Amino acid sequence: MARYGMVIDTRKCVGCQDCVIACQAENNVPEGFCRDWITTESQGKFPTLQLEIRTERCNHCTDAPCVSCCPTGASHYHDVGGVVLVNHNECIGCKACISSCPYDARYIHPEGYVDKCTFCIHRVEKGQDPACVSVCPTHCMYFGDFDDPNSKVNKLLESRKHHSLIPEAGTKPNIYYLI
Amino acid sequence: MNSLSRRRFLKITSASFGAAIAATSMSTVVKGSEKIEEKSGKKIKGVQKIPTFCDICFWKCGAIAYIKDGKLWKIEGHPEDPLSNGRLCPRGTGGIGAHFDQSRLKAPLLRKGPRGKEEFVEVTWDEALDFIAKKMNKIKADHGPEAMALFSHGIGGNFIKHLMKAYGTPNLTAPSFAQCRGPREVGFELTYGDVVGSPERTDIKNTKCLVLIGSHLGENMHNTQVQEFAEAVENGATIITVDPRFSVAASKAKHYLPIKPGTDMALLLAWMNVIVAEKLYNKEFIDNYAFGFEQFEYEIAQYTPEWAYIETTIDPEVIRETAREMARYAPATIIHPGRHTTWYGDDTQRSRAIALLNALMGNWGKKGGLYNPQSVSIPGYPYPPYPKSEKGAADNPHHKYPFAEGAEKISTGLREATLTGDPYPLKGWFVYATNLTQALPNTQETIDAIQKLDLLVVVDVVPSEIAGYADVVLPESVYLERYDDLNTPLFREGFVSLRQPVVEEPDDQKPNWWMAKKLADKLGLGNYFPWKDVEEYLDTRLKSAGLSLDQLKEKGVIKGPEQKIYNDANNPPNFYTSTGKVEFYSLRLKEVGFDPIPKYTKPEEPPIGSFRLLFGRAPVHTFSKTQSNRFLSDLMEENEVWINVDVAKRMGFKNGEYVRLKNQDGILSNKVKIKATERIRTDCVYMVHGFGQRSKMYRQTFNKGASDSQLITKYKIDPLMGGTGMNVNFVTIEWGA
Ligand code: SF4
Ligand code: SF4
Ligand code: SF4
Repeated sequence: MARYGMVIDTRKCVGCQDCVIACQAENNVPEGFCRDWITTESQGKFPTLQLEIRTERCNHCTDAPCVSCCPTGASHYHDVGGVVLVNHNECIGCKACISSCPYDARYIHPEGYVDKCTFCIHRVEKGQDPACVSVCPTHCMYFGDFDDPNSKVNKLLESRKHHSLIPEAGTKPNIYYLI
Repeated sequence: MNSLSRRRFLKITSASFGAAIAATSMSTVVKGSEKIEEKSGKKIKGVQKIPTFCDICFWKCGAIAYIKDGKLWKIEGHPEDPLSNGRLCPRGTGGIGAHFDQSRLKAPLLRKGPRGKEEFVEVTWDEALDFIAKKMNKIKADHGPEAMALFSHGIGGNFIKHLMKAYGTPNLTAPSFAQCRGPREVGFELTYGDVVGSPERTDIKNTKCLVLIGSHLGENMHNTQVQEFAEAVENGATIITVDPRFSVAASKAKHYLPIKPGTDMALLLAWMNVIVAEKLYNKEFIDNYAFGFEQFEYEIAQYTPEWAYIETTIDPEVIRETAREMARYAPATIIHPGRHTTWYGDDTQRSRAIALLNALMGNWGKKGGLYNPQSVSIPGYPYPPYPKSEKGAADNPHHKYPFAEGAEKISTGLREATLTGDPYPLKGWFVYATNLTQALPNTQETIDAIQKLDLLVVVDVVPSEIAGYADVVLPESVYLERYDDLNTPLFREGFVSLRQPVVEEPDDQKPNWWMAKKLADKLGLGNYFPWKDVEEYLDTRLKSAGLSLDQLKEKGVIKGPEQKIYNDANNPPNFYTSTGKVEFYSLRLKEVGFDPIPKYTKPEEPPIGSFRLLFGRAPVHTFSKTQSNRFLSDLMEENEVWINVDVAKRMGFKNGEYVRLKNQDGILSNKVKIKATERIRTDCVYMVHGFGQRSKMYRQTFNKGASDSQLITKYKIDPLMGGTGMNVNFVTIEWGA
């Protein structure tokens, strides 16, 4: 088995949003929507400040509420890497998954179905990185398999402090941020 | 007397291609670089990859455009290209939006109403070019060819430049000198006898200590620099960021120095004071290569960190500690020369101080310092010689700015000549791909100058503000639809890259080479355009270097032989200054009455209740030319005014609320959103340049955000080279949308 995920180095990310545009172009995301986005968190008082700039998207959770709540089975785990996908044809647009996701990772496509990040599975299955990872000018994103103990993503987690987003939601997210 | 340009060209050592190298050293990365005949219905199924280079900014990153089933799909970095290293910046990735832009100019336009009223009729290309030719001939007959000026930006301007030279005018300019890098280039030239250049010769990826003074890398997305910056951060380099605003680069820094705006020179002098007093400089470099170090040592002694504290508000201990840290890593330390350096009017001297601080590190030609850039030479096309102008250029009458006598002319000097008629009247402007109402400070002055013209031609892809004032607007193909001249920059390695069409124009747009050639014919200058089309031009140039257009069309990028970019014992540096040394004391400055060693001038203080207006870049936009690109406007549709959160609270302004800014001359901006943030000092406000556009034809941008250029009615001219220091305006914040 494989468990795909990402490790993102917030020290390198500059928040340029190249990853957002690359995704939109690669996946033909309709104008005004996005599957990934940037969050900037600042702490402290000028001039002693700390900034964390993060590129965020669906966490492809191992315990994904968006899958368990889906009445039609459209929202499902892909058989490769545990990637969470939505089958557009089966989706009835009931939005149950949208309210169940703690990360606000999903949106309604103008054509009526629910859409979100696919980890660019169409690229990954060809041995390429997801579009956002491959375009990032700072090389701050790493895509890999957490089930492989020798993978770069696991090595990075071993060597650096990191956190995931809203771990208390209990969804077991598969994206980690190096700090 | 001070001819900077001639020497500048002398030193450019460039390699030539060995035929064998070009043929064998590169793997073919791209297949099927055929043009898609969408219009003729021959849609090619599947994915086509066509190499080209980006034009969303002037960095010229190598790219590969993807065509899927005959339609432009996406664009990625060219893996073999040294500038992109396979990755574009967000603007480059969003570049496909330029082709699909709904607001593009579709056909040539002829003005019908008063200038600036944006009333036009569509005409044919022949009608438009006939009109221009007639006017240009009349201007030449009445006033001489010098009465025409060209303002252009980017490599796309090359063919029009050639046309204007053939026509006989020396008045060719770009805002990139007097509104941007000019002071830096002159400051370095005066110190080292060589310029910084573009791309900058900064070896960021190998540096151990990088000092950024106002350079907001990461928000300013010059692709290779940002890539190397991230690499330096990853390698644990010490980053020292000096900025009144807590920039993204500040958030990556070990030391953040929240300097009071306008006092950078005081900090630089104090840093040098510490390094000299504590003898932390590179003694060998200074012994071998410094001129006037004793005088410098003597003068610098007065600028203690305690003195600088009063000016800059930076703790003296922090000044000492950061100076020592720079010295610790030298010569792998870079004090970044910056790029947009026209701030306070003493910018050439500040750039000289930066040059000298780098010299104390002894980093010239050193790994992790300032490397020696390389290039390949591709001979120019064998054109007939250009006519000589007897009058000379109009940008710098009476040699007012002694160090502005190089190849790059003062854009605002030509505007001034247009307004005053001194040294002679300018009657026609040709404007290529630069929105002068935003690119030059004080929008009103530009408009006043335009009203004096007999002819204003604007070549652009969208109906920019300046197009609204034109007599003739010529719609250009975007970069994805055209060839341009060859790119052979000075960089870490020499290479040539090609811009080639990947899709067809959607309407009646034409490439600049076509316009230039057609207009030349109508002006009777056809002998300057002996080639049939641009492909023949490019092939001729490439063949004379042992390459061919077919080769380059397929590869996109061809590298030259490897060359050394660092100096060593066998290959010591040469300094082409008058003394042959790095000039800590400048005889040339002394000779014309300027400070031979940089001095500090106190900036003017903002009146109580006013803030200094600062501006900069966002990663998703270039100047005022990308705001209607759907990918880029999706991410940033308008700018905001950054204001310190405590100040905002005290004044009762909330985040997201619309206000207007009013400058010292009573100019009121468009409405603009408040960004109340911890990330800025209390004595200044900040906004991203390029917004607040007023062209009604350019609907997507109309009145979105506010324009800094409009508020910059005041600018301080650098007496050395005529640059316009623009960070000298003060604004108040006014209620109400
Ligand atoms: S492209 Fe890379 S650097 Fe830019 S915002 Fe995305 S993750 Fe950050
Ligand atoms: S992030 Fe949201 S959409 Fe993605 S798997 Fe988790 S719960 Fe589902
Ligand atoms: S830096 Fe960005 S916009 Fe400029 S040429 Fe490179 S990819 Fe294009």
